[in-house]
Amino acid sequence: MISRRLFCSALAAASVLAATASTAEERYITVSSTTSTEQSGLFGHLLPAFEKTSGIKVRVVALGTGQALDMARRGDADVVFVHDRAAEEKFVAEGFGLKRQEVMYNDFIVAGPKADPAKATGKDILEGLRRIEAAKAPFVSRGDKSGTHAAELRYWKAAGVDLDAKKGAWYRDTGSGMGPALNTAASMNAYILADRGTWLSFKNRGDLGIIVEGDTKLFNQYGVILVNPAKHPHVKQADGQKFIDWVVSDAGQKTIAEYKIGGEQLFFPNAQR
Amino acid sequence: MHEFNQPLITAWQLVAGADARLADIVFLSLRVSLSATLIACVAGMPMGALLAVGRFPGRRVLIVLFNGLMGLPPVVVGLLVYLLLSRAGPLGRFGLLFSPSAMIIAQAILVTPIVAALTRQVIADAWSEYREQLRSLGAGRTRAAATLLWDGRFSLTTAALAGFGRAIAEVGAVMIVGGNIDGVTRVMTTTIALETSKGDLPLALALGFILIALVLAINALAYALRGWAQRKWG
Amino acid sequence: MGAWLAIDHLGLTEGGTNIIDDVSLTLAAQRTVILGPNGAGKSTLLRLIHGLLHPGSGRMHWPGVLTQAMVFQRPVMLRTTALANVIYGLKLKGHTAAESEQRARQALARVGLEQLAQRPARLLSGGEQQRVALARAWALEPQLLILDEPTASLDPASSREVERIITDIAAGARILMTTHNLGQARRLAEEIVFIDRGRVVEQTPVGQFFCLPQTGAAQRFLKEEIP
Repeated sequence: MISRRLFCSALAAASVLAATASTAEERYITVSSTTSTEQSGLFGHLLPAFEKTSGIKVRVVALGTGQALDMARRGDADVVFVHDRAAEEKFVAEGFGLKRQEVMYNDFIVAGPKADPAKATGKDILEGLRRIEAAKAPFVSRGDKSGTHAAELRYWKAAGVDLDAKKGAWYRDTGSGMGPALNTAASMNAYILADRGTWLSFKNRGDLGIIVEGDTKLFNQYGVILVNPAKHPHVKQADGQKFIDWVVSDAGQKTIAEYKIGGEQLFFPNAQR
Repeated sequence: MHEFNQPLITAWQLVAGADARLADIVFLSLRVSLSATLIACVAGMPMGALLAVGRFPGRRVLIVLFNGLMGLPPVVVGLLVYLLLSRAGPLGRFGLLFSPSAMIIAQAILVTPIVAALTRQVIADAWSEYREQLRSLGAGRTRAAATLLWDGRFSLTTAALAGFGRAIAEVGAVMIVGGNIDGVTRVMTTTIALETSKGDLPLALALGFILIALVLAINALAYALRGWAQRKWG
Repeated sequence: MGAWLAIDHLGLTEGGTNIIDDVSLTLAAQRTVILGPNGAGKSTLLRLIHGLLHPGSGRMHWPGVLTQAMVFQRPVMLRTTALANVIYGLKLKGHTAAESEQRARQALARVGLEQLAQRPARLLSGGEQQRVALARAWALEPQLLILDEPTASLDPASSREVERIITDIAAGARILMTTHNLGQARRLAEEIVFIDRGRVVEQTPVGQFFCLPQTGAAQRFLKEEIP
């Protein structure tokens, strides 16, 4: 009977422990952002600097741009930090966001097999895509409503390729994040549109190399938006605004510019104040 | 073989180097999954025992339901809990989303049917053996269920371990409700998923090895404890 | 001595078989042993009387309510100490913890197991476990103790010990039991109820049953059991 009492009290103690562990409140905001900023390592570089000056922790949930905006629509984020201008403007127009501010840009690249069977190598993204389609060379699409996916669809359209008509076995819609899509492309030796940051920090490239880069059309603008407290009263407006103000400030912009992988700068600050 | 050697070396270096970030992640994984398992045991074991000894309308339906829910997809549970805890959801005002508590809730929901269904099997076996004796002594069904739970405590470690194994191994639910936030809700499985995304397959695999070793160690410990207890109590 | 139980046209059917077939019986003896071949319905009859089974037909009339306890062929021991096993039964009957413990210790002493009170019950020998079961039943101070083949799985030495305990209990309680051991039946019983295929064939005082069985079925049974 003694052991039974012991057992029960141990159970009770464990429950209390489980319930109370780490309830110590810290000051933080939640930022919904994209896999490209998180997985490229930018946030790992940028956020500690902000946390040090402000004392505010930043909790990043990294999703595709579409998901990140949906998450903010539900009120589950204080700030969105994404890269799909049209979707961001829609978000603000719907009243979910207060104001869109541009922060920085990076660029997309097309990666593909180094042997380049579609002969797509060059600077022109539209021509490159046309050749890939013409050769019916395997192409991996994110297919996840992310900013990168939206950009890819814009490029196909601008290139005059009607995907709905031309889609075939060569076009693989993977419905996955940038990293998983790159893993898929590497294993299939396929072409893929990727952001440079993720590409540079991506380690499992296999036989893939950069095929198209440098086209100004490939520039990829990032914006930051405070979620509208009128829609979601619990939004940490003051701290969220502090984060936004810092990111577009000289200090923030300088920190962004300083982030490099292998000596290469990934993000180019271009905030307008 | 190189594909597997490098991760093994990396795993060893991470463990031997007592990497603080890794330790935090491992600790959070254990905390979340052990808490979820504990909740699942407190809720699921009595349910399983009552399903085993009880006679009430809907019992068979519940048994089939729990057996079926053992295969609950983590992503679906994650999504349901996300919608519940989201600010726009019914429990949004508690602000639990993207916290370890949310992960514990999701895993507890995932694991409770497993614990309940396995408990029911263990208790049903014991019930057929004890039934007449307990009824003769005047134990009602609720009391009998409690007695059988206590008496089957060593066998029931299997149910708890099955639940824990499921909890610590799943990624779908914790990814959605935890958000894989660095230093806050990042656990072993979400870290593995993230490193896989980043194409760092050796690191992902190394973390996988550590997770497997951890689960094995806990199972071995429970097995040893159970063996000791059974030798002691028969 | 008056009857303590009158059974009236009792029947139980399972899967089309009459396990208990129109049994009418008046029990008045202090120590009654039910005999009969395998599958005669002995255990079922005990369970009906104890209330573990419900009859399909007929009824039982108890002139005075008797508190009961039952000991089974295979003792069911909980995974705890011998003492706690005895206490468990007492607590279920609503005794306080202190009183339960005191009565449990006394009961264990009476079955000669006070030394083993703190031992895990499941690790005791079969005979010792059955004695714990007897102590658990005895501690409840039943007015009627029902025993279903209490020595069937025990060695001769343990059987004798169990038999001695039953004799002791019988000093303060009515005994109703089944056994396959005819020597045991002869030693313990006052009255024998012989049943076959769910029917009461013969109910006679023990001396008469073994010397002058009234029915052919009983005669054949005794011939087969005592070669």
